[in-house]
Amino acid sequence: MEQKIPTMAEMAAEGKEPEILFWVGCAGSFDERAQKITRDICKILQHVGISYAVLGAEESCTGDPAKRAGNEFLFQMQAMTNIEVLNGYNVKKIVTGCPHCFNTIANEYPGLGGKYEVIHHTQLIQGLINDGKLKAEGGESFKGRRITFHDPCYLGRGNNVYEAPRAALEILDTELVEMKRCKSNGLCCGAGGGQMFKEPEPGKKDINMERMVDVLETKAQIVASACPFCMTMMSDGVKHMDKDQEIKVLDIAEITARANGL
Amino acid sequence: MIGQAIFIIILLAAVYLFGKNVAKVRRNILLGRDTNRSDDPARRWKVMAKVALGQTKMVKRPVAAIMHFFIYIGFIIINLEVLEIMIDGIFGSHRIFSKPLGSLYGLLIGSFEILAILVLVSCVVFLARRNILRLKRFSGIEMTTWPKSDANYILTIEILLMLAFLTMNAADYKLQLLHFGHYIEAGSFPVSALTGPLLPAGANALATIERVCWWFHIVGILAFLNYLPYSKHFHILLAFPNTWYSNLHKKGEFTNMASVTNEVKAMLDPSFVPEATEVSRFGAKDVTDLTWKNLMEAYTCTECGRCTSVCPANITGKLLSPRKIMMDTRDRLTEVGNNIDKHGKDYTDDKALLDNYITREELWACTTCNACVEACPVNINPLEIITEMRRYLVMEESQAPASLNNMFGNMENNGAPWKYSQADRFNWAEKS
Repeated sequence: MEQKIPTMAEMAAEGKEPEILFWVGCAGSFDERAQKITRDICKILQHVGISYAVLGAEESCTGDPAKRAGNEFLFQMQAMTNIEVLNGYNVKKIVTGCPHCFNTIANEYPGLGGKYEVIHHTQLIQGLINDGKLKAEGGESFKGRRITFHDPCYLGRGNNVYEAPRAALEILDTELVEMKRCKSNGLCCGAGGGQMFKEPEPGKKDINMERMVDVLETKAQIVASACPFCMTMMSDGVKHMDKDQEIKVLDIAEITARANGL
Repeated sequence: MIGQAIFIIILLAAVYLFGKNVAKVRRNILLGRDTNRSDDPARRWKVMAKVALGQTKMVKRPVAAIMHFFIYIGFIIINLEVLEIMIDGIFGSHRIFSKPLGSLYGLLIGSFEILAILVLVSCVVFLARRNILRLKRFSGIEMTTWPKSDANYILTIEILLMLAFLTMNAADYKLQLLHFGHYIEAGSFPVSALTGPLLPAGANALATIERVCWWFHIVGILAFLNYLPYSKHFHILLAFPNTWYSNLHKKGEFTNMASVTNEVKAMLDPSFVPEATEVSRFGAKDVTDLTWKNLMEAYTCTECGRCTSVCPANITGKLLSPRKIMMDTRDRLTEVGNNIDKHGKDYTDDKALLDNYITREELWACTTCNACVEACPVNINPLEIITEMRRYLVMEESQAPASLNNMFGNMENNGAPWKYSQADRFNWAEKS
């Protein structure tokens, strides 16, 4: 990274409070593919000059996978510990790099004492575009390229965010093609509800391979997503179909960063 | 006079029996745990008006939506006619609304006839979709003999009722033209005018046909009313309260368990004194561990299978079917209710919703993607039941799949679902 990533601890030591906390999430912190997206989100924040910070090693899992898998104890332990840290830093606004973190902090933390304004990174990007702070210039051109967007369940159906990621693509003058199952009808990638961490139950095929049928039907060159779990599942699906040369799976943040030469 | 007396007895018996069975369903629903679904009534009325009355969620499948709309609107409008039939039956009158309503009466009767034809055609098409075209949505492991027969019974009864209604009208219309007896000229009959020639010409034969069809129609309706509490067709009534009590939160939000909050707070802060709460099981093993809303939803389900047809697990051949979750919940609740009727309210059998009805394999196949919740035309939430049962499996039995237990362990020890050290969490910033 060209610029140092600021942490809440450092800022607090200097007596400063950032405008927004970037909640990176476990995948964004540890998964190599997702790490790249994390850095792109930071680049976007730096590019538009928003004062932000991350928790760094003070961040911990939101507890989402535990909650969906039925372990409410573990979820609430995680949640309350995180809320203590967030409230300790007087956090007001949070942007997340993951729809699962976004959903959990926005909807399930308030009841446990963690009340913040929470947005997903696609909403941040949409807001910046609307305010004229973010354009698509100085970088790679996506003009006329066939892109399809895979709706993450916890962004789409879970929270009714369908337009923000599409707004980030529309500004690129791409050829946006929708899959047969999209928006509120979108098909899950197969990783939610704790499935990311276990083998699927016996069946005819894996869910991400079912999703590949929709992807191939669009003849898209790029599958855009906005979730680290979907990223893993879609990338695996494309590889499994031997299509990783023709079809690229990219996060909305990566596409935005590239289009702006970040 | 005898006719009137018989009619009143049948009517009272039908209403009494229906009331008794509805009370039983209500009692069964209230076996569930309490949950507050009465906040923000203004919004609840709106949801009910949109989803139940306006059927906005049906539109996603236009063919079924249009035909279902015919049957629905036919059911509501033709009920005006049923009201007249009831009054005629009690007082021995004939077409009592014709005089006070004047020319409007003709318009009404005419529209009932057209609706009756639309209902009839829709029911025939629905039967064909189930039995000849064999749409995939109407099959599945949970679609055993009874659910399939139930659907066919409903459609057949509706066809018979409409046929009786139209035949009654046709006979009446012909008798009106013959100026026979009390058959005053009333109403307009766009369908009967066409079907009339199919009936015999003799006035006595026509009067017999008219009476037989009149009795068949009204007794059929009362019998059908009493079939509702035993059938998936109960949705015509429960759809309304069920949507009124909808979950108004975002679909992604799962409930935070207050009982767990108390324990976690006590663990994190030893000085915390929890409020006294009822000691009960974490999550759901049996239907009585679910909320009354979950149980109401089970009775509301009409087994249309929209949930299952969009479930990623089911589509890819896993055992899970959200429709089965709802049907199992209802069937087990009915069993629990029958046990109470037979053996008193403290009786427990050795069965439960878990294992005897819903298997663990089904529960662990769910991706919590909310597709089933989104698809349900009457806002039923199978995901809530699945989550409650997972909670029981994990927190009461410690029976999560081994890989999920590893994930829990990682989260507990390193604050991440994978086996990475918490200290390395910020390493991404060093790479480029």
